[in-house]
Amino acid sequence: MKRKTKDGGWSPYLAGALLGLLAVVSVWATTSLLGKSTYLGASTTFVRAAGLLERTVAGEHVAANEYFKKEKVRVDWQFMLVCGIFLGALASSLSDRSFKLEGVPPVWKKRFGPSVGKRAAGAFLGGIVAMVGARMADGCPSGHGLSGMMQLSVSSFVALAVFFSVGAIVAAIVYGRRAS
Amino acid sequence: MSTEQILGLITGVVFGFLLQKGRVLRFEKQLGALMLKDMTIFKFMLSSILVGMVGINLLSSAGIITLSHKAMNVGAVVAGGSLFGAGWAIMGFCPGTSIGALGEGRWHALFAALGMVAGAALYAELYPLFKSTVLAWKNFGKIGLPEVTGLSPWVIIALFWAATISLFAWFEKKGL
Repeated sequence: MKRKTKDGGWSPYLAGALLGLLAVVSVWATTSLLGKSTYLGASTTFVRAAGLLERTVAGEHVAANEYFKKEKVRVDWQFMLVCGIFLGALASSLSDRSFKLEGVPPVWKKRFGPSVGKRAAGAFLGGIVAMVGARMADGCPSGHGLSGMMQLSVSSFVALAVFFSVGAIVAAIVYGRRAS
Repeated sequence: MSTEQILGLITGVVFGFLLQKGRVLRFEKQLGALMLKDMTIFKFMLSSILVGMVGINLLSSAGIITLSHKAMNVGAVVAGGSLFGAGWAIMGFCPGTSIGALGEGRWHALFAALGMVAGAALYAELYPLFKSTVLAWKNFGKIGLPEVTGLSPWVIIALFWAATISLFAWFEKKGL
């Protein structure tokens, strides 16, 4: 098994195994330092970010909203985790010069052309649908896919199977046709 | 910053670093996985699950940490999971990787992240409606595979390892 990939990255087996180690250390660290076993995840942070933004214009509305009350709008452990993902990816990409400014990914360009506006609209609309789904399912590929599978949660095995199978069908429909 | 915030930030930096080194943040890799053309994301996720499930179950059986299952709510997982899958395919990122992709310069991920903030705001408004419909169909509660199957977690982990390692061997044989 090669430790490096052709594009200068690490073997996905190695990077993945290290992430598994991080997941274990992180649950242990949150349990002993914060008193509550906390697992890697990302999607709840988008709820808190929405709440923080909305609060600047409609404080009472956010305070009265049942879902915001349930998830608690504050900059918590996971919120900082998500900020950290940005910094870690930035540092890693600068360190091996894989940082690249990209407005339209090549696969998208082949299918939908070079328009940044089209890509922005696709990403934004896809984002809305995906996040409504992730909050309904109570997790994303981090919370369900990694953390839930590691804990052998029934819901996570089902969720990941649904994520991938519906994702595969939609991807085949949207990107499957050959660009003429 | 509080201890909680500092701990989250440090963990996140390592998380983002590994996601980027594993090259799983890119739109191409996400679509490659969904179109079963590029197995990088499968290799990455499954490797982390293999290691993580052993460590987490060791710590939990030693009583050091507690498990926190998400509820097996049928409507939530099936309907929500389907919506997520569809959105994921179009946007080409998941919540965590969109932020990581932004970090490695793929600035179109910003629109994905903004869409997801809007989606979260929308969900918060629709929550009462979902609570009385989709979320109310059938809830089996917070259950784990060991309780459902009656097997020891270690038997399940051994089976999962065997299946995953065979899958990896097949990927390498096929050059996927």
